[in-house]
Amino acid sequence: MKILTLVRQVPDAEARVKVAGTAVDLEGTTLVIDGMDEYGVEEALRLREAGSAAEVIALAVGPKRSEDALRTALAMGADRAIHVETDIRLDAVALSRVVAQVAQAEGAQLVLVGGQEADWDSQALGAATAERLGWPQLTWVNELKVEGETATGRHDVDEGNESFSAALPLVVTTQQGLNEPRYPTLPNIMKAKKKELRKDNLDTYGVQAGVQFVGAEIQARARKNHMIDGKDPAAAASELLNLLRNEAKVLA
Amino acid sequence: MILIVAEHNGSKLTKSTLEMVTAARGSGREGPVTLLVLGQGVAAVATEAAGYAEQVLVGDSAALAQYNAELWAAATAQIAREGEASTVIIGGSRSGREYAPRVAVKLDAPYLEDAISLSGGDTLTAQRYTFLARVTETVSASGLVVVTAKPGSFAPAEPAQAAGEQYDIDLDLPAARVQITGKTVEKTSRVALTEADVIVTGGRGVGNPDNFSTYVEGLADSIGAGVGATRAVVDAGWRPYAEQVGQTGKTVQPKAYIALGVSGAVQHLSGMGKSKFIVAINKDAEAPIFKVADYGIVGDLNEIVPALIAASKS
Repeated sequence: MKILTLVRQVPDAEARVKVAGTAVDLEGTTLVIDGMDEYGVEEALRLREAGSAAEVIALAVGPKRSEDALRTALAMGADRAIHVETDIRLDAVALSRVVAQVAQAEGAQLVLVGGQEADWDSQALGAATAERLGWPQLTWVNELKVEGETATGRHDVDEGNESFSAALPLVVTTQQGLNEPRYPTLPNIMKAKKKELRKDNLDTYGVQAGVQFVGAEIQARARKNHMIDGKDPAAAASELLNLLRNEAKVLA
Repeated sequence: MILIVAEHNGSKLTKSTLEMVTAARGSGREGPVTLLVLGQGVAAVATEAAGYAEQVLVGDSAALAQYNAELWAAATAQIAREGEASTVIIGGSRSGREYAPRVAVKLDAPYLEDAISLSGGDTLTAQRYTFLARVTETVSASGLVVVTAKPGSFAPAEPAQAAGEQYDIDLDLPAARVQITGKTVEKTSRVALTEADVIVTGGRGVGNPDNFSTYVEGLADSIGAGVGATRAVVDAGWRPYAEQVGQTGKTVQPKAYIALGVSGAVQHLSGMGKSKFIVAINKDAEAPIFKVADYGIVGDLNEIVPALIAASKS
């Protein structure tokens, strides 16, 4: 069984984001492999180590710099990587066309995608890919086991969580709680440089962007930052309640 | 028509449905506002829905007793096609954002995800948050468009002047392929997080599960608020996942968000940073939560929260 695991390159959570013109400008920003995608890479490796999968292929669709995220996935232990290089920004539904075609071409039986990546705040790629492939999906998975052709585990739903069982092929979206991703060791980083990283061209996938990106702005809400001294708890409590009742008018 | 897939709890519409009606009415798109009610034994929901829409389509079937992404997507896409919908609006809940992309692919339509505003008519334009909700982006699409509406972003609609017609519909549904073998429903007797006007959230700084009950739940109950928790607290097993606020939990924007012992990681801020007023109580004056707080108290929760509970009763 082959696993295709998607990686996006996103700003480090602590990095400042800035807008230039109508889009976010990532020039000079520290970029990392998305945290939720990283759970997918780790889970793929664990499934391979448990004997449930034969090969782990990492996929990135994005500009040249996305190579770094793929090298990280390779250094963690992915067997090989595919980079569909493009500077065009694709929405999730458009991008799913690429992911689905790669999954088919590679004969993957399991596709792993982060539940919501930290750049586009989208949860759509896993589901859209599953639909294109005609596969079922399980989103927000935090426990996964594959035995033969059957995947079982647990995932979060609107109110609570569910245990599931589904036959492969399957798309799974990953999140925190699924595992603890490993750090690439130096020898593995060196080894990763020799692993196959195949470049591919977006043109062959027939992708059409349906969503236009019109503008972006950073709207920081002005906060009052009214600090109350907590040394006298009773006085602080009564001041806070007074503010909430009479200034903010949010409590009766 | 503008097709809205109603969200409900089996007996009542949720607030998010009324918000989607507002989104539809303000979208500038033509055609009757139509609510699609899916489920089993949903006659009461359909009747309530008729008060808000020009027409209500009711898919009442045993196969729809339990939510399933593939079934919901198939039903929605079928009705959108048959009714020649111009726009499909789905709730921005976890489940809504799970099946909406499938609907978009089935209809070969662009998808505007997690919209906080919707306008423009033919060129349908939405704003949405990106980069852990630190950036507000504007996106647009033409033709048939699928939209999810972020909960809490649109005012709940008032009932329409005349009740809409109800129609039963026949659905061509696929078989469910995912078996659900167990379910943990985390019910709360308090107001639902996504509908609460005031939320009290506890973080690691609360100390332990007992303190969480005493301080976070205690304060919430004394002021009639919902209870939230941070990822760290849920991971530690102190609280159920249903209470989690943040990137991997719920996104909330109450009128007041009271954070007790919450440090304020970016992932948490992305789930509550749009709250109207933010209150932080933390013993660490350097905690990042204070940067986004309207009112902050640096001090000991063990002393301040009991004082707050006492004062709130006076």
